[in-house]
Amino acid sequence: MTVKTLTINDQLISAREAETILQAAQEAGIQIPTLCYLAGVSEVGACRLCLVEISGSHKLQPACVTKVAEGMVIQTNSERLQNYRRMIIEMLFAEGNHVCSVCVSNGHCELQNLAVEMGMDHVRLEYQFPHRTVDVSHDRFGIDHNRCVLCTRCVRVCDELEGVHTWDVAGRGAKSHVITDLNQPWGTSSTCTACGKCVAACPTGALFDQGSTVGEMVHDRARIEFIVNARQKRQWQL
Amino acid sequence: MDFPELLAIANQERQSQKAIRIRCCVAAGCLSSNSLVVKERLEIAVTEAGLVDCVKVSGVGCMRLCCQGPLVQVDDSTQSEGVGILYKAVTPDHAPAIVSTLQSLAAPESPYLQQADLRHPFFTQQQAIVLENSGIIDPERIESYIAAEGYHALHHVLREMSSNQVINEIMRSGLRGRGGAGYPTGLKWATVAKAMSPQGEALRTANHKFVVCNADEGDPGAFMDRSILESDPHRVLEGMAIAAYAIGASQGYIYIRAEYPLAIQRLQIAIHQAQKLGLLGSRVFDSPFDFRIDLRMGAGAYVCGEETALMASIEGKRGIPSPRPPYPAERGLWGFPTLINNVETFANVPPIIRKGADWYASIGTEKSKGTKVFALAGKIRNTGLIEVPMGTTIRQIVEEMGGGVSAGGVAKAVQTGGPSGGCIPASAFDTPVDYESLTQLGSIMGSGGMIVMDQSTRMVDVAHYFMEFCRDESCGKCIPCRVGTVQLYQLLSKIREGKATPADLDLLEELCDMVKYTSLCGLGQSAPNPVLSTLRYFRNEYEALMMNSNES
Repeated sequence: MTVKTLTINDQLISAREAETILQAAQEAGIQIPTLCYLAGVSEVGACRLCLVEISGSHKLQPACVTKVAEGMVIQTNSERLQNYRRMIIEMLFAEGNHVCSVCVSNGHCELQNLAVEMGMDHVRLEYQFPHRTVDVSHDRFGIDHNRCVLCTRCVRVCDELEGVHTWDVAGRGAKSHVITDLNQPWGTSSTCTACGKCVAACPTGALFDQGSTVGEMVHDRARIEFIVNARQKRQWQL
Repeated sequence: MDFPELLAIANQERQSQKAIRIRCCVAAGCLSSNSLVVKERLEIAVTEAGLVDCVKVSGVGCMRLCCQGPLVQVDDSTQSEGVGILYKAVTPDHAPAIVSTLQSLAAPESPYLQQADLRHPFFTQQQAIVLENSGIIDPERIESYIAAEGYHALHHVLREMSSNQVINEIMRSGLRGRGGAGYPTGLKWATVAKAMSPQGEALRTANHKFVVCNADEGDPGAFMDRSILESDPHRVLEGMAIAAYAIGASQGYIYIRAEYPLAIQRLQIAIHQAQKLGLLGSRVFDSPFDFRIDLRMGAGAYVCGEETALMASIEGKRGIPSPRPPYPAERGLWGFPTLINNVETFANVPPIIRKGADWYASIGTEKSKGTKVFALAGKIRNTGLIEVPMGTTIRQIVEEMGGGVSAGGVAKAVQTGGPSGGCIPASAFDTPVDYESLTQLGSIMGSGGMIVMDQSTRMVDVAHYFMEFCRDESCGKCIPCRVGTVQLYQLLSKIREGKATPADLDLLEELCDMVKYTSLCGLGQSAPNPVLSTLRYFRNEYEALMMNSNES
């Protein structure tokens, strides 16, 4: 395997050939914001938060799926990118019904953290206040579609780690929403193994353990990391 | 099937021609105004007049002047005039009158019949390459296509040319993708030809490749691909087969939208006929080349015209785009290298092989070669299908060929490229139509929809309409497109209703920039184009609608 050298934010770093810009940056201690990305499952490049500027290309590229190349010069945090990222977070807040004060994930929410990180102090876009439902038909878990950001992490962990594919996306555009099996209540799903990986993967309070109240829902990302490490690196200890 | 057999079919077809031919358009446009009944009545009238021996009535593809359908053309080879007579707005009751003009040999001055002027620039300024058989051959009979030198190019390629030579010929012709982006077709073919299938997996030991024809035409006002498929389906099959030989593929798919039932039916007939004659399937022309074509129907999502979404849909998955690279040329259908071209691109291939790259490269402008088919629509007198050499000016198309704006109005702008394109103001009508010039004007060539607007059209309404379209067709995968199109639509509604402030206009522009540069696929990246181009040329219309800031 060959090693590539590249420049990220004026810092020279080295990366393995097959690595993405995101992986290389993380190893070098450079943080690039992400939302739909989840280590261990396939990348979809959907949230557009990890877009970076690459010299010589007029197009912005998502760091999570773009492979490193020799001599690449990358800018991850220009003013333009910061503006775009703040707008993306504003878009998410305007699109759903995100009310932190009553949310199970308050204080442990990736969307909330991103909003703080981007310095989003208000939303310039029109709030949509969509009518969305809550499904608590499952014995152990629940989903509140009001808080869903459609990152599809749940769809991917269910399909790729658990191998079940209970979750999928239905509808298109603003009407997109995640569904279980053939768009039926989660509790009636015949494929769901109640493994809880989707809940562990969720970045917001959309998927939660039943019985959690405001601020109590902490997504246990370590469970997913454990499985990924065990499978990919054959490391069985936490 | 060998070449003498092909020639025999062609000869037999030519000899079966009769002295007088009545061609009746049976493409979707004319069919919707009852042309099938017109054709039946013509056949009855011919039989009743006892002219069966010398008159042949046949159904053909598009004869261009769609707004005046049903169209019926009469060609009398016993008369020396050369140009036939094209009747427009024919009703079934006209059939006896048309046939009687053949008997009396007198000039057809029947008060009921209306003739179209075949010497009008609408017809004379067209240059038919893609549409050379359209309106002439019977799309449901392969013999008719073979008689028009059909499948000759495929035979030539298989017998006389190496795959490299084919690619070089396409490269030299200067043909560029007719789907809208204008990527050099030869270069794309060469890339796929060189790409290797992923190694290591047991199933993938063979060097599989695929050819895909994108027939998911969905731009509002565009109907070029539908007309080509309804009028001359074999041309697309032949183009695909030549491409498959060039890149080393043995399986092709045509991804066509289910809203085109007639095109689907004619393609099915065409594929069946070609297979029966050994022009598709195993050992084409008794050579080692195998090529099968299957149809895949799209279920009505505009985004499935985007190549990665199209491939996901063919694979049976949800039709949503994925990031490129990897490009389909490298990793396409099921991970194999895949060539995706538009209908019109494939339709250009047989004539290039038949007449040579130099001939093709002599048509058009320096960077955009050949011709382009446009669907001329909107507030214009002659609505229909035109094929013009690249470099024809918009003024020529709108004012000369199109006959100007209907009802005496004045042309204000032309919209090209559908929801991904923009509006070109009347002041820029002298711009030649080619990929670069249109991009410079803030629009795109697009697949070929051309909508003419007159002074009564409010440009904010145009932007609003296209944004509504993009909002409805956004797949919802990436945030900028999913949320951005909704927000842009609402801002445009606000402006349209006179409730917006200058701050809203600033936000509109900021959002346009953001959606354009951060969206995942072409749909989102180009969704702001209609807004940006109307803002560029008609900003005053936006500003006139602003709420007085003192009042707010």
